[in-house]
This record gives sequence, C-alpha cells and structure tokens, in this order.
Amino acid sequence: MKKVGNHTSFSRILFFCLALSLSFSFASYAQDAAPAADAGQEAAASAGAGDPAKGKELFNSLCAACHKLDAKMTGPALRGVSEKHDREWLYKWVRNSSELIKSGDAAAVKLFAENNNQVMTAFPQLSNEDIDNILAYTSEPAPVVEKKTPGGEPVAQEGGASNNLILGALVLVLLVLIVMLVLVNTTLRKVAAANGVDVSKKGNTISFWQAYARNQFLVLVTSILLLLSGAYFLYGYLMQIGVDQGYEPIQPIHFSHKIHAGENGIDCKYCHSSARVSKTSGIPSLNVCMNCHKNISEFTGSKDSTYVEYSKEFYTAEIQKLYDAVGWDKSAQQYTGKTKPVKWVRIHNLPDFVYFNHSQHVSVAGVECQTCHGPVETFEIMKQNAPLTMGWCINCHRETNVKVEGNDYYKKIHDELAKKYGVQKLTAANMGGTECGKCHY
Amino acid sequence: MKALYKIALLACVSAVATSCFDKSRPNYQYFPNMYEPVPYETYSEVPTFANGKEGQLPAEGSIPRGFTPYEYENSTEGYELAKANLVSPLDSAEVDLPRAEQLFTIYCAVCHGDKGDGKGNLVKREKFLGVPNYKDRQITEGSVFHVVTCGLNSMGSHANQLSQEERWQVAHYVMKLRSEL
Repeated sequence: MKKVGNHTSFSRILFFCLALSLSFSFASYAQDAAPAADAGQEAAASAGAGDPAKGKELFNSLCAACHKLDAKMTGPALRGVSEKHDREWLYKWVRNSSELIKSGDAAAVKLFAENNNQVMTAFPQLSNEDIDNILAYTSEPAPVVEKKTPGGEPVAQEGGASNNLILGALVLVLLVLIVMLVLVNTTLRKVAAANGVDVSKKGNTISFWQAYARNQFLVLVTSILLLLSGAYFLYGYLMQIGVDQGYEPIQPIHFSHKIHAGENGIDCKYCHSSARVSKTSGIPSLNVCMNCHKNISEFTGSKDSTYVEYSKEFYTAEIQKLYDAVGWDKSAQQYTGKTKPVKWVRIHNLPDFVYFNHSQHVSVAGVECQTCHGPVETFEIMKQNAPLTMGWCINCHRETNVKVEGNDYYKKIHDELAKKYGVQKLTAANMGGTECGKCHY
Repeated sequence: MKALYKIALLACVSAVATSCFDKSRPNYQYFPNMYEPVPYETYSEVPTFANGKEGQLPAEGSIPRGFTPYEYENSTEGYELAKANLVSPLDSAEVDLPRAEQLFTIYCAVCHGDKGDGKGNLVKREKFLGVPNYKDRQITEGSVFHVVTCGLNSMGSHANQLSQEERWQVAHYVMKLRSEL
C-alpha cells in the first residue's frame, strides 16, 4: 500500500476553484490594462522626434543590459534623460563616453563618478537617428499601467472580500437548508399526529443487531473479514513508516519551480550545478539566484500568466526576502554586506545507511532529473514525488537499459556481460546495480 | 438519534486517523538512529562552528588541488587585460565540443540563445534584456573566460557553477558559435 501524499479535502477543492476563478478575473484585468498602455505610447510617439517603437527595440538589445527606464541598475535610470542633457552631448556620450570623460567635460566626469566609475560600452555603430529613436523611447511618459495600479489594488482587495463573501453565502445557504429540513420534519409529524398516525411507535420486531448477534456464522465471517482487512491496513500503515512521499514542507522563501524551470525553461542544472559533479545535488547558493535577480527585482508575470498562482505583490515580496538574505540594496544597487542564511528545509533525504551519488546518475548514466524527482517544472511548491524506498530503486535498476552505445572503452566487458545474462540490452542490475555493497556499506 | 451518534463517532475516528498525515512534516521512522547520520550532513546546522554552518569556507589563501590562481581582477582594466593576454590552456585535442555544447545549453543558452544570437528563452520572454549577439561584440576566448569567471554588467559570475576547465570549454564553444553567426 502506498501512502497517498495529498489529501484533497472538500474545502481545499473549494478554495482552489475560487482561486482559479479569481486568477482568471485577474488575467482579464491585465489584458484590459495592456491596450491602454499601448494607446499612451502611441500618443507619446506622435509628440516625440524619433520613433519610440524602433527605440524600444534598440534599447532592449543594447542598453537594457545596464539601464532600466525607471530604476538604477549598473547605469542610471534613463527615463527623461534627454531633458537632463544636451542632445549633441548625448550623441557623443553614447558613441564613446570614455573619450568625453578624458576630454574633461564637467558633466561627463561628474556622471562617471556618480556611477562608481563604471565605463559604459561605446556604441560607435549608432547613428544620430538611432540615438534619437532611443531617446524618444526613454522620453515616453511612465506607462499608464503604473498609474493604474493604485486603482488596481482595491480590485484585488475586492476580489479577496468576494472570496469570503462567497464562502459566507455558501454557509448561509447550508444553514437555511438545515432549518428547512427541520421545519419540514416537524410539520410532517404534526400532519401525521393530526391524522392519527403514530410515527414514533415501532413494530414488535427484534432489532437488527440482536438478529445479527444470534447468527453465529455471520459473526464468524465478519470477524474474519475484519481481521483480514485490519491486517491489510496495519501492514499498509507499517510499510509507509519512514517513507516521505508527498512531503511538502513550507520553505523560508516561496520558490516556484513552475515559474523558473517550467515557464522560463531554466535547466535544472543551472542552479543545481553540483548534481553534475558531486554526490549531493546541492541547494543553490544565493549568488546563483542573484545572477538573474540582480536584474529581476519584481515579478512582472507574463502576458499569458495563467500559470501564476499567487499575486504579483506576493512574488515580489519573496524576491525581497532573497535580497534581505543576501544583503542586496535594491535602490542603491549594492551589496550591504549584511547577510543571513536561508534555512531551506531539506525534502529528499535518504537514510544514513544508503549511499547515493547524484553525479553517477546525472552525468554518467544520463538519467533525467524528472525520473526520480517527478515533473518538478510543474510544481509550484516543491515536494517529494517518489517514495525513495529500496524497492523503488531496485525496480529502476532492473528495468533501465544502460546506454552503452559509443562507449568503446568498455565494449568487451559489455559484450561479455550481455552474453552471460543472455540479454540484448544490459540493465543496471546486470552490471551489478543490485549488489548490496553498491549502496550499503 | 442513536444512528446519528454512531455516524458522528465514525467521523471523529476517521478524522483522528487521517489528521496524523501532515504533508508539511516528515513521516515517522522506525529506528531513527540508523536514519540520522552521526557525522554532520551537507548544509546542516552544527554547533561546532562559530557561524553554525556545516559548510565552512576554506582557510584563507588556500588553493584547491588542480586550481590555477586567476590573476586578472574583476574590473574594466582586468577585462581589457584578459581580452588581450589571456589564452586558453587547452590544446585542440583537449577541447571537447559536445560536452561544451551541453554546458553552454545549461548555463548560457537560457539568455544568450542556442546559437549565441542573444535570443534565449529569458530574452524572448522579456525577463532579461540587453543580451548582445556574440557577433556584435569584440570578444576573445580570454575575454569570454574572464566574463564567465567574474561576470560583466548584468551577467553574474558563473565560477561556482563551472570549473575552470569547464569555463575554458565553454569559451571555446562560444568562439565557435561566434564564427558561425
């Protein structure tokens, strides 16, 4: 008997349905907001000199590595930069900022010092027109969407309130139903009494239990059945002791594998890099998170964000937790040096008497991570997917064919083994994968 | 009425029996002293060290076996120097392009794209912008190695994900991609 990991209670299903309908309503809101923003951009386009659409393309491919529109990154925020500086000066700066600084231009030297003496990449290939386009893009007013968010929040709260409201209404309906049933019952009794029918009186028969107790055969059969089923369930219960399938602890930071590995398609081994080369798969250190999250400081969702199960604010707050732990000051774009460890809860944990080596499975055998860990790229919250019992290991070792193709160094021994076992394709078990000493020593 | 009590009792019993399953806690174990290791486990909290972590930093100044100290500093000057002077220690027989391709796919392609054109999945989804096409940048294998080791602008250091040798493999693969673009 396998222990079932998830116990879906009725209330949880109810909650899920509500959340689902709510997320759909959010999605539709987001779609409403997008055209409005476009309209704003078009209005700005007619006002500016360059073409902001082309500018956006250039900005995203060339500038966005170091600049954001509204926040400081490696370089300063660029919205409204054309008002701060003279256009000719900007042309010079973009094409070769170092030269401008060397020439002793006061504004250039000041800007250079303000940004930690970071040298900006020179873009001599950009024409005046290109730079005009980029400047047209950066001169656009802050998107309408942002102005809308204060108006958007009450909607979210309203959604939360309606959530409770629906639950309250359901409870009310249930209560009304119960009251109605009681009322119907009493009126029916009254009608019966009025018609002279005695409802409460029972016939002169022995009760069901008395009859049952007198039939010894039935008693014997039921007791045997009870004993057998009891033994079955007891066995099932005892067998799942020590098996943590479905274990889904609450982690200190809500990390969604669904967003990272699923939607964004980041390879498992990007973060769990030590799975390639060591026994332990490894919890990624926070600098790996910061490789991307130095830039991605808030959750923006995607246009087709049906996969988003929590609010944007929730996810952004989780990113902030990472910043707090790693000591990253978002506004100053600097490390503060004040760090604190994130106490992740370990999920997959083999007993001490078992040896398991990740690199042997991941790099040598080429087993997909999902074979043991399940479809992690669909998990919003990480959990243990497989039972990780010995029987489960052995099964896989017996059934999995080893990839021996192209491994000429061991060709002879592989051929001999295949001959010895009389098989076409070798399994891990044929190669000693079920020897006790392989995993227990 | 009696039946109602029985139903309630049954509900209570089943509730008690099932409430023990709490998926946010690990299950019971038969003989915990055989499950729980005596030595410290990877990443565990330990009382021995001052900072309470099992994972300790190596002593300052120590060098891992097989590690070559990296002399170019993480700055614009270091980048320029590495670009001009740093050459790969791998000869043509040691460059393993299929393996380098695998590594590139795992660690680089998500932003830089499978072909190195700066159109990776994260760029397509507008999560990460400003990733250049390799063709548009004057890069050498030395500068690629330097950037993978130290990071540049928005790109972080990948030195803890890739070993030195692996970084050189990737640098060779990047140069190959650049020549094909």
